[in-house]
Amino acid sequence: MINFEMAVFYLFAAILVFAAVRVITARNPVHSALFLVLSFFTAAGIWMLLRAEFLAIALVLVYVGAVMVLFLFVVMMLDINLDRLKEGFWSYLPLGATIAFLVVVEMVLVLGGRYFGLQALPAPADPGANYSNTRELGLLLYTDYVYPFELAAVVLLVAIIAAIALTMRKRKDTKYQNPSQQVAVKRGDRVRMVSMPSDKGG
Amino acid sequence: MELVQAFQGLLQSGLGGLWGGYVFTVIKTLILIICIVLPLLLSVAYLTLWERKFIGWMQIRLGPNRVGPLGLLQPIADAIKALVKELIIPAGSNKFLFVVAPAMALAPALAAWAVVPFGPGVVLADVNAGILYLMAMTSLGVYGVIIAGWASNSKYAFLGSMRSAAQIVAYEIAMGFALVCVLMVSHSLNLSEIVNGQAKGYFAEQGINILSWNWLPLFPMVLVYFISGVAETNRSPFDVVEGESEIVAGHMIEYSGMAFATFFMAEYANMILISTLTAIMFFGGWAAPVEMAPFTMIPPFLWLFIKMFFIVTIILWLRATFPRYRYDQIMRLGWKVFIPLTIVWLVLIGAWMQTPWNIWK
Repeated sequence: MINFEMAVFYLFAAILVFAAVRVITARNPVHSALFLVLSFFTAAGIWMLLRAEFLAIALVLVYVGAVMVLFLFVVMMLDINLDRLKEGFWSYLPLGATIAFLVVVEMVLVLGGRYFGLQALPAPADPGANYSNTRELGLLLYTDYVYPFELAAVVLLVAIIAAIALTMRKRKDTKYQNPSQQVAVKRGDRVRMVSMPSDKGG
Repeated sequence: MELVQAFQGLLQSGLGGLWGGYVFTVIKTLILIICIVLPLLLSVAYLTLWERKFIGWMQIRLGPNRVGPLGLLQPIADAIKALVKELIIPAGSNKFLFVVAPAMALAPALAAWAVVPFGPGVVLADVNAGILYLMAMTSLGVYGVIIAGWASNSKYAFLGSMRSAAQIVAYEIAMGFALVCVLMVSHSLNLSEIVNGQAKGYFAEQGINILSWNWLPLFPMVLVYFISGVAETNRSPFDVVEGESEIVAGHMIEYSGMAFATFFMAEYANMILISTLTAIMFFGGWAAPVEMAPFTMIPPFLWLFIKMFFIVTIILWLRATFPRYRYDQIMRLGWKVFIPLTIVWLVLIGAWMQTPWNIWK
């Protein structure tokens, strides 16, 4: 007897697999990016089924809400010539096939190991309605794993600064406005009142 | 109540115990969703009328007054007009995405209402991670705008959607940090508990609830949240997305009929949502401002509505008052003013909570 949760899981899993396949088979890069959004979203749904609500919502918030928006932003502005992209297909095929084979082997080794599988990892017990995933995760991250967590934060910070430093270039001819100067401007700085005699001559 | 139980029994006998229960839950939830969404859409319709009337009065005009008494049937007339207009799909556009985009703009604005509490215990989904869910939902609204701009195959629409994407991503961060301050002082992500947490403290014990709500101790955060909310909904003075004077009408320029109207429904639904959330996070949600006879007689959901109405009216007031921001000034305000301010305030609140003068125990 298939229950409701399983039905929802298989529905989401089917959508996820479909979307993931379409990410690499769609001809239009914008469609690929949108299918990636769909697959993130369904993955979040599956995590929700696993009662990992913090991770599920964080996935939607960070990846769907921010990362993919910027991604889409870039992909939409690219002028992608599909014929140019396809030129190197056959020359890259051996390398790509080798990497794909290695990934498949690694996945089989990991997933086929005796430490994984349904017997080794039984389904977690239902923690009850008042169990707060976020609180548990926060407690764990800021006590037991505080050093790795802070280290990851610092690595990310370094990456941010590096990205900014790499793309920042000071141009000499940029027109720059100082907002505080603009706000503090007085009438006398911009307008000069001149008293002129009216033209009396004919 | 008996009717509901009888219906549940009927379903369970008809479909078997397990599946009958699921079907009952689904139908019950759908009915509750309709109970929330119908008044919401009605509010959206009448908010458009209120905006036109209110700004009209501010500018010493009458506003709509032809359709029905005082122009009260104007939104209905507008809806009928939008429905019977032809939906034109531009040549060279991506048909599927072009049609889907308005729905993607509106859906998150409606979905966010699932966790909004209308009174003590009156909420569709009383989830633990309420704030996170809200932030996730409000960040999804940008997809409708981006996809509309791209699928229209039009330069103006695309420029509008690019402006919007950058603006929404920028202000989301400041909004998120402002909400982090709220969740720090209320020790919870659950919206009902955030509202309840504001009814504690010295002033609440004196019966003056309004002074113990979050807006006072978290004062700059209220402004940051509210202004970021206005920027997120692309409302004036941050409406460079539409920018009539330079890019005609932004991402929805190629749309016509109901699809065009759906974008406006999304905008107004988002305004109502942001106002309600400001009321919940900073102005005590459904609680009465003072524990006295005339105030406590008003039911909780009405209090929430009154607060929402005031805040949404302020958004309209902004539109009638301020000229449009320049684009680089919007970005400056978001990245260089709000985000540093919220981060500093976060540290300040954290330090305050460690001192003996912590008021949020």
